[in-house]
Amino acid sequence: MRRALFAAFLALLLCLPLLTGSVYYTNLASQALIAALFALGLNLLVGYAGLTSLGHAGYLGLAAYTSGWLMTHLGWGHLAAAAAALAFSTVMAAIFGLIALRAAGISFLMITLALGQVLWGLAYRWTGVTGGDNGISGLTRPQPFGIGLGDPTHFYYFALLVFLAVWAAVAIWVRSPFGASIRGSKDQPHRMSALGYNVWLIRWITFVASGFLGAVAGLMYVYYHQFISPHSLSLANSAEMLLMVIAGGAGTLSGPVVGAALVVVLKNVASAYIDRWIMLLGFVFIIIVMFVPGGIVAGLARVRRPRLQPTRPAEKPAPLEKTT
Amino acid sequence: MSAVVEVAGLCKSFGGLQVTRSVNLRVERGERHLLIGPNGAGKTTLFNLIAGDLAANSGSISLLGKPVTGTPTAARAQLGLARTYQIVTLFGRDNLLHNVKLALLGKSALRWRHWGSFDLDRTLSARALEVLDSAGLASKAQCALEQTSYGEKRRLEIAMALAQNPQVLLLDEPLAGLSPQERESVIALLRRIDPSITIIMIEHDMEVALAFADRITLLHYGQVILAGSRQDVVADPRTREIYLGH
Amino acid sequence: MNFWLIQSLNSLALGGVLFMLAAGFSLIFGLMRIANLAHGAYFMVGAYIGFTVLERGYGFGAAVLAAGLGVGILGGIVERVVLRRLAGNTLSQVLATLGVAFVIADASLWIWGGDPRPVPPPALLAGGVQLFGLTFPLYRLAVLVFSIVVAIGLWLLLDQTRLGMMIRASVDDRQMAQGIGVPASTLFTVVFCLGTALAGIGGVVAAPILSVYPGLDADMLPLALVVVILGGLGSLAGAFVGSFVIGFIYSFGQVLFPDLAYIILFLPMVVILAARPRGLFGRISA
Repeated sequence: MRRALFAAFLALLLCLPLLTGSVYYTNLASQALIAALFALGLNLLVGYAGLTSLGHAGYLGLAAYTSGWLMTHLGWGHLAAAAAALAFSTVMAAIFGLIALRAAGISFLMITLALGQVLWGLAYRWTGVTGGDNGISGLTRPQPFGIGLGDPTHFYYFALLVFLAVWAAVAIWVRSPFGASIRGSKDQPHRMSALGYNVWLIRWITFVASGFLGAVAGLMYVYYHQFISPHSLSLANSAEMLLMVIAGGAGTLSGPVVGAALVVVLKNVASAYIDRWIMLLGFVFIIIVMFVPGGIVAGLARVRRPRLQPTRPAEKPAPLEKTT
Repeated sequence: MSAVVEVAGLCKSFGGLQVTRSVNLRVERGERHLLIGPNGAGKTTLFNLIAGDLAANSGSISLLGKPVTGTPTAARAQLGLARTYQIVTLFGRDNLLHNVKLALLGKSALRWRHWGSFDLDRTLSARALEVLDSAGLASKAQCALEQTSYGEKRRLEIAMALAQNPQVLLLDEPLAGLSPQERESVIALLRRIDPSITIIMIEHDMEVALAFADRITLLHYGQVILAGSRQDVVADPRTREIYLGH
Repeated sequence: MNFWLIQSLNSLALGGVLFMLAAGFSLIFGLMRIANLAHGAYFMVGAYIGFTVLERGYGFGAAVLAAGLGVGILGGIVERVVLRRLAGNTLSQVLATLGVAFVIADASLWIWGGDPRPVPPPALLAGGVQLFGLTFPLYRLAVLVFSIVVAIGLWLLLDQTRLGMMIRASVDDRQMAQGIGVPASTLFTVVFCLGTALAGIGGVVAAPILSVYPGLDADMLPLALVVVILGGLGSLAGAFVGSFVIGFIYSFGQVLFPDLAYIILFLPMVVILAARPRGLFGRISA
């Protein structure tokens, strides 16, 4: 059943531009794919490692601004700028991870929020480098193998390619032995230590991977919009990304994708019919947190396969906040 | 005469409360060492100190001849230490097979592999099934943890600790809260443990523990009151004094 | 010299505003372990309510009262309908407050529109006062005084009343407090209402200085966090000291190092959280 659904979904994605026949919807789909990239990266941290972060938009900003600045100020080409942006963002993620992982639970949330705000503050105030509130504009899209990405359909397939590659990589990673250790460290960190796992290192590696994917998404973002401004790294944006992951279903492979699609659709399509789509998003989120904590994906699974046995309340909730 | 666990002058306090006072402990290879004492004597704290979950204020600990006083828990586990807990802390969202596989993975270099399916790893699954079989749980391999009884969870936990291929095993009240049948199966499991594995056990069930133990250490208010062979400790009047009527 | 004096008054006024914002956050966190991510939104709504009351021709005092009551009631509803259902799962509660923040922010945008709303200070306090040969805005002095009054009021509440005793006991040791019969869930509602009301009052009182605009919530929340982390989670005295320290750093920083002013606030917060998860004065580890 799952495989059929997945195949259908893949087919849909491949044929999308042909099906919609409209530039508007093709562009929307590209945006959804980019949002899904973010959500997949953040989900590694939130869903699999169990570390809720509110500063993920920072990696978008780091990659986008680095790439944009290198191209406009130093005249670098796309490939070089992209490589440098990814490298730089990943190094920053490594450093941020060293700092943030000294804490757990709410403290971790606050440190990531603070780090995100530091980056936002730099983007907003360091006008000389970042252009301040105006951001960096006039950026161009890359031309992989000479194919221009100005055409929405071309860009869509480029985004789809990147998205599928990342999705596959994430799927492989979380199913690997290392992936099992990430999940184990989320459920029972003390037990994992007693079993010989270096829980801190597992988390740090996940943190860095998550930042790297955020940077990849950031590059796609700046290629699509051809523009970057401080708003993209705002707390509101980080919060929106977190919403996508949790509403869709943290800790699953399809959840973040569903959540991203939901938010993008609400933002662009629903907003034409419902003025208050943000309020709607907020309410949906609250309802999900209260009644369907596993997200939409879990909710759908429950509808399709109601549990045969009543769920017994957990014996002891997995300690998320480690007291050291 | 190779001591696998050597604790000297170990002290631990929480704020003003001294929980462990200058404890000395020496356990030889293959020994079955019993740690007894009334509630609050600091037995689990001592386990936590030996395992690395708690850092001592002073004193030294060495495992298998290596000083481990500052070493983190995971590193001690890699050296050959395994333990069980008073409270069940297993991976509740997974089935029994997955739980054991995680235990096996912990000591394997495989845990750093970032590709290849963990669930479908046949070698690991086969080994895990063997481990479950040795604990009499093979039939429940695919069951979710919540579908098992408390006794089965206890056996699983011990099986997982054994899956780590330890040289030293710390068992924290393995028989606590078990029904008579469950007790029997756990005791049987304990008896089957390889004699070369050193075991330190905290247990209140005197009947079983005494049959099991070679040497005993009696703790009270964080201090070692008595340590010696089973006969000596059992015969000593201080033991009866502390365990009034037990 | 003039520069220093004027900036110092600005710092003190900002500190006062931050205290009203952070005190509520600190109380809620201290008692319920919930990092109320909607706290900035409550602050903003308080300011908007004040704006509307003033627009209708009522006095500033009425505006403050309306803001406090209105936001307090809103907080109470949120606590009973949403947060109580998630009791025992602090992470879910924090996420829920995030959702609430979205809802309140958008609702405010809907009701009051996208333009910044200027809020004039009360006529009585609108002028300047002559001190040391300089004219200081009287309102800022008033804000400082008001925040000190609020601080004293809170201190009296916590120290001298039965309610305060129950709150302090529950912050120190929740299980013990419940064991001796402190009604936890009622207390939670009361404290949540109090905390959000404080934010609302802070919003209205700050409005003549900061004005009120969409996005004020996102601007204020990080500041509340910085103050509370600096001053210590769950410590009101810490929130008081922290507010003024941050007030000074931010005001002077804005003028002296505009490029770095914002991040000057957060780097210390990061350092403190990483080194001492309890904050400088706090008694609870986050």
